[in-house]
Order: sequence, then C-alpha cells, then structure tokens
Amino acid sequence: MCTVCGCGDAKVEHHHHDHDHDHQHHHGHDHDHHHDHDHGDLHFGLGLAGVHVPGLSQGRIVQIEQDILGHNDRHAAGNRAWLAERGIFALNLVSSPGSGKTTLLCRTIAALAGRFPVAVIEGDQQTSNDADRIRATGAPAVQVNTGKGCHLDAHMVESALARLDPPEDSALFIENVGNLVCPAAFDLGEAYKVAILSVTEGEDKPLKYPDMFAAAGLMVLNKTDLLPHLEFDVAASIANARRVNPDIVVLQLSARTGEGFDDWLAWIVEGRRRAVAERIRRLEDKLAAAKASLGA
Amino acid sequence: MHEMSLTESIVRILDEQAGMHGFTRIKTVWLEIGELSHVDPESILFCFDAVSRGSPAAAGAKLEIIRVPGNAWCLDCAESVAIGRRGDPCPRCGGHDLAVTGGEELRVKELEVE
Repeated sequence: MCTVCGCGDAKVEHHHHDHDHDHQHHHGHDHDHHHDHDHGDLHFGLGLAGVHVPGLSQGRIVQIEQDILGHNDRHAAGNRAWLAERGIFALNLVSSPGSGKTTLLCRTIAALAGRFPVAVIEGDQQTSNDADRIRATGAPAVQVNTGKGCHLDAHMVESALARLDPPEDSALFIENVGNLVCPAAFDLGEAYKVAILSVTEGEDKPLKYPDMFAAAGLMVLNKTDLLPHLEFDVAASIANARRVNPDIVVLQLSARTGEGFDDWLAWIVEGRRRAVAERIRRLEDKLAAAKASLGA
Repeated sequence: MHEMSLTESIVRILDEQAGMHGFTRIKTVWLEIGELSHVDPESILFCFDAVSRGSPAAAGAKLEIIRVPGNAWCLDCAESVAIGRRGDPCPRCGGHDLAVTGGEELRVKELEVE
C-alpha cells in the first residue's frame, strides 16, 4: 500500500493507478527491500501530517534508523573477526590517568615471559613514553596518539593491528587513553574491557562513572599495597561496582609488589586458552571441510 | 569529550544519506538518545552546531532529541522496571540485580529533508 494515500497494493511494481488523484508518486518507496537493519527501510513521502496533498510541496520525512556508533561498531566487528581468526585474546584497559595501567602491563608482560607472546597497543593523546616503557620489557608495542581525541576508536585499533601484526595465539593489551568517561562508548573489538581502579581514588568511582564499570567485564583494584595507609573501603568499592554491573568480576592486586598477581595471570591465561581453543576448532572445521572436498 | 566524535558520526551519516538519496538540505534531524546511553544531549546540541557547519546538507538543520526512558529487568521481582540512571536501585524492591533492557539507544531516527 502506498503510505501517502493508501492506494495500490503492497508492491510498488504492481502499483496500478486506477483511481483518480493526480500525484506523481516519486516518493521513492525504495522497494528493493535490502532488509538490512543498518540501513533500514526508507519511507520517503510520509509527509509531515502523514498525508500527501497534490500540488503542494512538502518536506519529506526519511526514516533512517541508523546507530550513531554504527561506523565504529563495523570496524570493531572487523577487528574482532581478525583477532579470532588468529587466536588472539584482546583486552581493552580503561581507567583514570594514574591508576597504574602501564605499571600493571609491564609487570604482567614480565610474568608471562616464556609462556606465550604478548603485544601492546598504547593509546595516549601525545608522547610515546608508554610504548617506550613497554618496549623496554621486550614486548612489541605500537603507540597511537589520538591528538585531541579523548578515546581510542575501532578504526585507530584496526590501523594499529596492521602495523603491530601481533603473533598468533598471543595476548593483546590495548591501553586506552586515561579517561573514565569517553572510552566506555567505543567497542574496539576486544574480548573484555578491564576497568582499573586504584585504591588512591574514591570507592564511589563506579557510581560516579557508571558507564565504564557497566561496560567492563573485569574490575582490577590496583595499588592494594597502599591500603594500610588509606581509608579506602574495599568492600564498598566492590559493592558499588556490582550496583552498576552485577556480573563484574573483581580482582585485587598490587602492580608494584605483585600481591594478588596469580589470580590476574590465571584470568588472562584462561581467556587466552579459550581464544586459542576457538581458533583450533575453526581450523579443524576447515580441515574437515578440505578433507571432505577431496573425498567427495 | 566523546560527544564531538559522536556528532561527527551523526554528520557523516547525514552526508551519506544525502548522497544516497539525493536530497540537498536537511531541515530537521530526530535523534533517539536513551537515558542510559553514554552521552549528554546538551553536548550533542552544542557540538552539532559546530560540526554541521562543514556539511552542505546538514548545515542549519534543527536537532530534535527524543529521550528514550531507561528500563531494566529486575531478577528479584521478575519484572520490567523503569530506572533513570545506572546504579539506581529497583524502584520496587530496592535491589540492584538489574539487567538493562532499554534506554541505551544512540540512533539517528529520521530526517525531514528538502
């Protein structure tokens, strides 16, 4: 049915004008029906009042239903597929500036040395200081400078992956720009966002910046070696994180002394094991298909 | 301020649509922004004014924001409840075992074009 006047039947190709109102029907209809939710159906000519008056021009209403983050999310999906194909377990590390992300990474890389390869993408507004610190540990690292940007986006990570070319079956750490607000909205293609909260910050941070803690799969409570000198309430910080994200996993550690590190390493090892197991499954499927095509 | 890059994404979508469907000027843009989404509507309005000036199709367009209310499923009540902000308790039982089901929208819904 024509959405302007109600004439005709459902398909515009069979749109017989056996009734007598004189309108041009160039209101698009777009009946090639790409049922693609990114683009949606187009309904030109719905008219402001939902009616079409012959001879009067009117603004057209175009329904487009496009996600504002759609462009980023398409790049993120591409990154996720690229990583999955290579068995790479990717984490997106997010926190305020100064929570100890780079120190955590340096110690983690040292602890994982000899077990499996690790690579790092470092995001900062400027300088390559953090990538230099990572490279000093021996792990390959690429620095992404966002300039005035307050977060990494999936397209930046796509470019960084091409440059870094992390090894297959590795763990990839993406250290986001220190910012508890903006990176929450941007999927980079990671397996998990890891929110790092240091005990020198307030235990109410998960409530003040709920979007980030809602988006994270894991919260790392860092700098626990300083707890004796502070009035930080660990139980309250965990309860606050669970208020915005009932499923969030919480680990407590000190990147400086190494306390609590075993659980953190075990969590990474398990994630990486799953990524590799998934790659093996895909490869076996491919192998079976190749063998079947020979046998057929 | 990530609202700036989100606004750039909005204008990119508008330019793409103008190219695809051959309209030259957009009069009004309706955006759906959920109450639990990551953005501040005021910032989007502010940024849009600046960013849209670089786009022949979008320059001067009016931005209308449709707020989509926050909704969550309370696992304890086994019911859908309204929540205004993340971290707010269930208005029925006061618990926090909530799974967000609505209000995260960030979408260009429709356009009035010439």
